This record gives sequence, C-alpha cells and structure tokens, in this order.
Amino acid sequence: MKTFIEGSRAVADAVTVCRPKVISAYPITPQTHIVEELAKIVANGKVKAEFVNVESEFSAASVVLGSCATGARSYTATTAQGLFLMAEVLFNISGMRLPIVMTCANRAVSAPINIWNDQQDSLSMRDSGWIQLYAEDNQEALDMHLQAYKIGENKGVLLPVMVCMDGFILTHSYEPVELISQEDADRFLPSYQPEDYLNPDNPVTMGAMVGPEAYMETRYLMQEAMENSVKVIEDVANEFNNQFGRYYGGLIDTYKLEDAETVIVSLGSVLGTVKDAVDSLREKGEKVGVLKVRSFRPFPKDAICEALKGAKKVHVLEKAVSIGMGGIVSSEIKAAFCGKTGVPEIVGSIIGLGGRDITVETIIGILNGSGDSSYDQFIDIKKELVEDPEPSDEAVAANA
Amino acid sequence: MIKDNLFDCGHTACLGCGEALAAKRVLQVAGKDVITTDATGCLEVFTTRYPETSWGVPFIHSLFENSAAVASGIEAALKALGKADEVKVLAQGGDGGTADIGLQALSGMFERGHDVLYVCYDNEAYMNTGVQRSGLTPFDTATATSPAGKYSWGNEHRKKDIPAIAAAHGIPYVATSSVAFPRDIENKVKKALSITGPKYIQIHVPCPLGWRSKPENTIKIAMLAVKTGLFPIYEIENGDLTGVRKVSEPVPVEEYLKLQGRFAHLFKKDGGKDEIKKIQELADRNIKKFRLN
Ligand SMILES: Cc1ncc(C[n+]2csc(CCOP(=O)(O)OP(=O)(O)O)c2C)c(N)n1
Ligand code: SF4
Ligand SMILES: [Mg+2]
Repeated sequence: MKTFIEGSRAVADAVTVCRPKVISAYPITPQTHIVEELAKIVANGKVKAEFVNVESEFSAASVVLGSCATGARSYTATTAQGLFLMAEVLFNISGMRLPIVMTCANRAVSAPINIWNDQQDSLSMRDSGWIQLYAEDNQEALDMHLQAYKIGENKGVLLPVMVCMDGFILTHSYEPVELISQEDADRFLPSYQPEDYLNPDNPVTMGAMVGPEAYMETRYLMQEAMENSVKVIEDVANEFNNQFGRYYGGLIDTYKLEDAETVIVSLGSVLGTVKDAVDSLREKGEKVGVLKVRSFRPFPKDAICEALKGAKKVHVLEKAVSIGMGGIVSSEIKAAFCGKTGVPEIVGSIIGLGGRDITVETIIGILNGSGDSSYDQFIDIKKELVEDPEPSDEAVAANA
Repeated sequence: MIKDNLFDCGHTACLGCGEALAAKRVLQVAGKDVITTDATGCLEVFTTRYPETSWGVPFIHSLFENSAAVASGIEAALKALGKADEVKVLAQGGDGGTADIGLQALSGMFERGHDVLYVCYDNEAYMNTGVQRSGLTPFDTATATSPAGKYSWGNEHRKKDIPAIAAAHGIPYVATSSVAFPRDIENKVKKALSITGPKYIQIHVPCPLGWRSKPENTIKIAMLAVKTGLFPIYEIENGDLTGVRKVSEPVPVEEYLKLQGRFAHLFKKDGGKDEIKKIQELADRNIKKFRLN
C-alpha cells in the first residue's frame, strides 16, 4: 500500500526501520524535515535510539564517528554549508572505515547564500572516501537508505555512504511511496556486527599516527574497498529487487538507450524531466536516450563506457561546476574513455545552479544543439546580468 | 545598492519580529561609521534578499559560525590601514550563531582583545531554519528538534549562560538587554562603543513565529521575561556586576509561559505543574543571584 508523504518524512521512516542506535544532526535547510521527523520519532519512543542535538555539523559528524567507532549503527544528515563544515571529519570517518550513512539534501553553496538545489556540495566532496549514491525520486531515496547500510557495512567495503537527494525537489515534495515495514527491513538488513570497535575486552587503536612507511597503503586499501563496492552495489540492488520488487539500476541505469545516437547523462531528480524530453523526441523518431549515474563514487567507469559506446554524442547535464575546469561529471566520463576507440563526442552542460528551473524545452534545446553556446558550458545564462558590468537596478529587479 | 537609512524598514521580517526592532535600535545608535558583520540567520535573510538590501552601512554576511572571526579580520585591517579611530566594528549573530556553532570564534575574538562590539539577538532557537533548539533555548521549550512528546517535555537542557562565559574572558564590557526596553539598548550600545576592546551584548528578542505568540504581544512577552526573572537585565564591567534592572514585584512564570505556544504542553500534559515549578525555580535563582528585587 502506498503512502502519500513528503520525501523527508519518507526518508526518516526508512532510517527508523534501519534501527540506528545513534542519530546526530544539525538543522540546515533543506535537510531539516528529515531530522525533525526523527527527533519526533525518538521523542515518541518509536525507535530506541539516542538523538544527539549538537551545536554544529562538525560535532554532528564527530558524534556519529564516535558512536559508529563504538559499534553502534549511526546516522546523520546535512547539506551544503553543513557538509563543508563536516569536511575534515568526513575524511576521518572514511579513513577509519566507519560505515556511517548520511543523507545529503543537495543544495547550492555560499557565497552568495542560496538554499535551493544544485549538487555542488556533494560533488565537491568526491575525494572524501565516501560512497556517493544519487536518488532520482522519493521512492528510490527511501529505498537507498536500506541499501546504503548494507553496502557500507559489507566486510569487503566498510566505507561510509552518502545518499544524495535533491533538496526541495525531493525532500519537500509529496509523492506516493511504499514505506518499508520493520519486519521487511529486518529481513533485508541484518544488525550491525563490526569486528573492530572501541571495546575494553578487545582494545583497538583507531586513527593512529601512520608515517611514510604505511600511509599510502591505507589509501590503497580504501581505493580497493571502493573497487569492491562496485559489485556490492549491484548485488545489493538485485537483492533489494528480489525482496521488494523495486530496481533503479545498480551503478547506472539506462532509458531508451539501446539504439540511441544522442544520449543525456545526469544524476538525481532532473532525470525525470530528461526522460520526458527524450519521450517527446522519440515520438518524432529521434534516436535519443538516457544514462543515469546512480553511483558517483565509486565512479562506474566500465559500465558507463560500455553503455555509451554506441552513441555519437553525449550531453552531460551537471548541477555543479569545478571552477577553472568546467563540468565535473563530463570530465570524469571523458577520462573514463581515455585510450579507448570509438569515443563519442562528450559535452558538459552546466545547468540549474542555485535552483534555476530546468525545463523540458531547455533539455530539448540541448539535444537539438539549438542552445546558446556563447557561454561556454553554462546553459540559460542571463546575458544582461553578466555582460553589463553595472546592470541598472531595473534590469536587476526584473531578473530577481 | 546604496542606502540612506542605516537600517531600512523595507525588510521582510515577520510581523512583530523582535530581532528586527532590536537591530534597528542598535544600528541607530552605532551610527554610519561602522562596519557590520552578521552570521547566517533570520536577520541576514530578511535584510539582504537580492536585489534589495536593508543596510545603509557596510555589511558583510559571513557564514553561520564565523561572524566574530570575520569581524576580527575587519578590525585588524582597520588597524593596519590606520582607520581604527574612525570606523567601529559591529559583529552580529543570532543565539545559534553565537552560543553554539559560533562560540569558538567568539571566544577567540574575546581572547585576542579585538576592538569589536558583538551583539547577539537572542530569540532562543534557530528560527531561520524553522525553529529548532539552540543552546539558548530555555528548559522545557518545545521546538522542532526538542518536541514535547510522550517521553519528552521539550528541551531538556537549561539556557547556556553566555554572558558569564563572555565575562570569564575578562573582557571590559558584557551586558544583557531586551527589546522591551529600547532606551536600555541605546544606552548600552553607546556605552559599549565608547570602550576599547571586545564587548558583548545579548538582547532578548521574542519571535512570534517560533514562540507561537501573537505579533502584538512581542513587547509584552519580552517585558514579562524580565519581570519574572527569567531573563535578567544586567551589566558586567571588567568582571564586576555593575548594574541590574530591578524587578520590584516578580511576576509568576505562568504569566509569561501561557502567552506562548512553545510552552503550551506544560499546561496540557499531566505533570506540567511540576515542570512549571522547575521553571519558577530557575527564575527565583536569577532573582537571588542578581538581587533583582
Ligand atoms: C554550517 C551551517 N550549518 C547550518 C546552517 C543552517 N542555518 C542557517 S541559519 C540557522 C539558524 C540560525 O539561528 P540563530 O543563530 O539563532 O538565528 P535566528 O535565525 O534565530 O535569528 C541555521 C541552522 C548554515 N547556514 N550553516
Ligand atoms: S521567524 Fe522570528 S526571528 Fe525570523 S523574521 Fe520571523 S519573527 Fe523574526
Ligand atoms: Mg535564534
């Protein structure tokens, strides 16, 4: 039976049935509804967990580091500024191989301050050693949390997992979803049984001082764990499908891709709009298709190259920019193709930053190559705001 | 955008916003030769929505946690540029930006002795993100992250004593004030700005949205916070308590609590009377400690 529920509350419900022992988070828009709901669930005794109200994201990440290191399944959530304030701890968590799960309610980063959606926050944390999964809709987002614990806690992986869901677009939208019962969740997700944790009966030292003689090996092992997770992510998606009958792809997913000459690649909620655009072009007989990147870390190099090898042109829609380089995802796809033959033309399109609307028309324009290409890779730039060094108050107001 | 008024009325705060009223007072007294910082929070959001700004003085929105550190840098630059005598620095933040996430930066600013006045607008929760508890949320307040429920009376912790922490740094001037007493705000800001070194003023500012109170009751509620003893008004100069606003006949805390939805559960749930008694004890302790009556 489906429940009509806000994305954040659906996620809180999914987190609850994962039976976390410690939850710690700090409020920041648009993540707030997730943790407020969890606070309520804990206050009403529906889950036996410690809810730690901290004074900053730095402490939220540190609390879950401490709790997970002590052997308790742990959860946190944040976005944008909060994610950046956590940065130091994020690397510490992955370095200690603690399989924490975090929701990142994707949002633009300051300055200027902007609370609306893009994916600059999580994509900027790509080197932090966290697995990053991107959800397309609310059902996938809630299901992904169960998968995330199972992936991260796999003995061959032991890495933290960031579930990325577009802020507002998913967190604040109401959709009918299948919630997961406690019984079903318990069947899918066994309890957390770490081998090493802070325990007087079997003392371990975590976060030791490691010099040049062995530091590199810690990184090698993390890279290896990421490589291991490639198969685990696929396996867990299949197991989930077997039990619940829902599948969103493992590392990637495809839509009308088989004979496609032009392909759009993207991550997250924009894929819904992209599919609409592709449907309407398909009706006109155009050979267009979609590739969804579900896992950004590990980056599915092989799966992407395999899926795109028949395409002539690939447009990557990116809600983030590596300033000084350009699109992040398109750069990685180009790198994945390096040294291969039959490489399609790959173009990055930076779009929807700071919550700017992405319409079907814009996407069709990109696919048709009819978009304005005078702003490098940036789509839908407002000329009057960038070309006139001192735009009049009227021009500014008209665009606000 | 250049503004003539120091703090324009054209902002987007809610009706009856105590923070907006207090900030206007502070800016009026600070005058035009001041550089202001502000942490992320309601004040920054309701005064700077592009393409408008309410600020007629130079204003920089830092981040949430570093208003005091950015202000430290501004003060250092003014010194380096030989302008420290002409221009004052006013750092601002909400209770969350001051007492929680920004406490480290605030402490550093105090310790280093920067010539900055830091004003904390204390509306006792994170209002900008939808009313979650902060370290300055009072005991037993229901907020979004400290909800009242079957196993909860709301916020389980007492309000953190930031003025005492500020004073413990040995800074020359620490004061509390309330939007109910605009003259008190004026006098204290004026006095603080006449003193060299770090200064701290915490102003109690009701928030109708977060306190679930009537906008027209903002001043009344702020007044009652003082008259019950729950928010004592005082000054600490160089570590010594030098002034308190007397409360000749303290009002029972119920009078204050009952006007606000954030305390409504205390009047509905069994056992609420005992909780209110605990809050009365907190008020009584203040009355005794600061010799308010
Ligand atoms: C690092 C970081 N974490 C969280 C936030 C989200 N955030 C913005 S304002 C705010 C609360 C502000 O509360 P307070 O300082 O009390 O000011 P008020 O809005 O109540 O005036 C929060 C949690 C942020 N901007 N940056
Ligand atoms: S939420 Fe509260 S603090 Fe924020 S503008 Fe409204 S009344 Fe003022
Ligand atoms: Mg506040």
